Amino acid sequence: MSIHRRRFVAALGAGAVASTAGCAQLGQGQSGDGSGGAGVAGETLTLTTTTSTYDTGLLDAIHTDFEEMYGVTVDAVAQGTGAALESARNGDSDVVMVHARGLEDEFLRNGYGVNRRDLMFNDFVIIGPEDDPAGIQGMSSATDALTAIADAEAAFVSRGDNSGTHTKELNLWEAAGTDPGGDWYQETGTGMGEALNIANQQGAYTLSDRGTFISQRSEIDLTILVQGPIEGGPEILANPYGVMAVNPGVHDNANYDLAMAYIGWITSPGVQNSISEYQVNGEQLFFPEAVSEDPDFQQYVPEGWSSDNSDA
Amino acid sequence: MPVEPVVQSVPALFEPIAQLSPAAFDLPFREGYVRSTIFVSLYVSVIAVTLSTLVSIPIAILMGFIEFPGKRFVKSVINTGMGFPSVVVGLLVLFAVSNQGPLGSLNLIFTREAMIMSQFVLATPPITAISLAAITGVDDGVRDAARVLGGTRIAVALVVLKEARYGIATAVLAGFGRAISEVGSVLIVGGNITSAAGISKTRTLTTAIQLEARQGQYETAMVLGAVLVALVLTVNAVVIRLGDSGVGR
Repeated sequence: MSIHRRRFVAALGAGAVASTAGCAQLGQGQSGDGSGGAGVAGETLTLTTTTSTYDTGLLDAIHTDFEEMYGVTVDAVAQGTGAALESARNGDSDVVMVHARGLEDEFLRNGYGVNRRDLMFNDFVIIGPEDDPAGIQGMSSATDALTAIADAEAAFVSRGDNSGTHTKELNLWEAAGTDPGGDWYQETGTGMGEALNIANQQGAYTLSDRGTFISQRSEIDLTILVQGPIEGGPEILANPYGVMAVNPGVHDNANYDLAMAYIGWITSPGVQNSISEYQVNGEQLFFPEAVSEDPDFQQYVPEGWSSDNSDA
Repeated sequence: MPVEPVVQSVPALFEPIAQLSPAAFDLPFREGYVRSTIFVSLYVSVIAVTLSTLVSIPIAILMGFIEFPGKRFVKSVINTGMGFPSVVVGLLVLFAVSNQGPLGSLNLIFTREAMIMSQFVLATPPITAISLAAITGVDDGVRDAARVLGGTRIAVALVVLKEARYGIATAVLAGFGRAISEVGSVLIVGGNITSAAGISKTRTLTTAIQLEARQGQYETAMVLGAVLVALVLTVNAVVIRLGDSGVGR
């Protein structure tokens, strides 16, 4: 028993030493010590991200490369977009990878995030039972489909967890001019995989990111009824992922050097290629978006921001 | 089912499930995943329960032997603590260790130490309350006899403790059971982290089960659940055997 206690005390001590060491290294970095990767070796990068990037296995598949390149550890915490941004806001992570542009922009505008990059995209699809009681199969408008579901009062499962998918769903209802409510509309407060299972058991409709649906398709009877833009569906169902560093000016403990190294690495042509090659059940889940001959300047700033208007 | 080496019993646990669903058997876990997850579960729970025991037993002894005003109030606070929701404890610890919190400078967020803190808070009330019940439940005749035989206060206390040892062991096991089966707080403060290679850093069996369930992988979740139950059974068996051999001495 005393051994365990000693180990705990030792661990606490080691943590204290490590945190002090981190500060010392940060100091060196600021004084212009440009000795490359050696300065960050042994450090830990905390990434808060969404369940879809983590649960599809993408991050585990690509992170080994980064860990070996810099001699560091990446702690990926899969939380859902809302929670991931909140952790970063509290200074508990160094870099965030999420998929809800509106929430990302708010995060940037409030000064918590810097150096945002477009990372990759896939799309959302509207999933439902094959007998399709609301008759939405093949509709080219996602909002028309939701309106049809609401009119038919067909069961619909909502994530209800402030995730990127949930945010998208709420935006769609708003665009459709419908305020969903009633027994047919169920907020589950669960991850995508669980929400798909619940929808499956109840023969309900739901909105899913394509990646999670593909990785679970073999286990459920639901099918894609409204396609996203990857398969020619409406652009409103696009699902872009962004990555940004926590502002070291707000949280001075953020590992900004390593966060920027991570952003540089994951938006590099090689890793973007690895992302496009990552497959589950023989299908590509994510489409890289960071490398372009003609960069979209809006990726660096809150959408619609321009230096001319004063609401920076 | 043999209860001895937990890791070796994993393939045995797979078999019945593999018959039900061959697909589940094809996607077991990466090398070291289950072992490191078991290790983190045990590491966090054992340390937390050890620390809880070191705090709880002295409190239980003091309360069992000394009368003081407000004792009933303290007792009811401890009893309330037994039912304290783990998610709330997780949130409180999160606020404490978050960068913005009072312990923020220690960088404890998303570490095992933060998980130990929340499990300590969760395990202490049941260990204290059940130990106290065991101590106060010792027959008054035993105390009187020890006193009559000329025992000092400490000697009397030791006699009572010896009589109450089974109850105290139960208390420790109850605390351990609460710690190792707890999912809400360790998920919040630990972050459910593994390395890219699948070696657990702050992922416990319970949070691993939660992750599998989130992805709809109910078969693999069941396998991990079976491992967790086997682990708890093993620990209980070991503690009870230790208690029995203690009687022999």
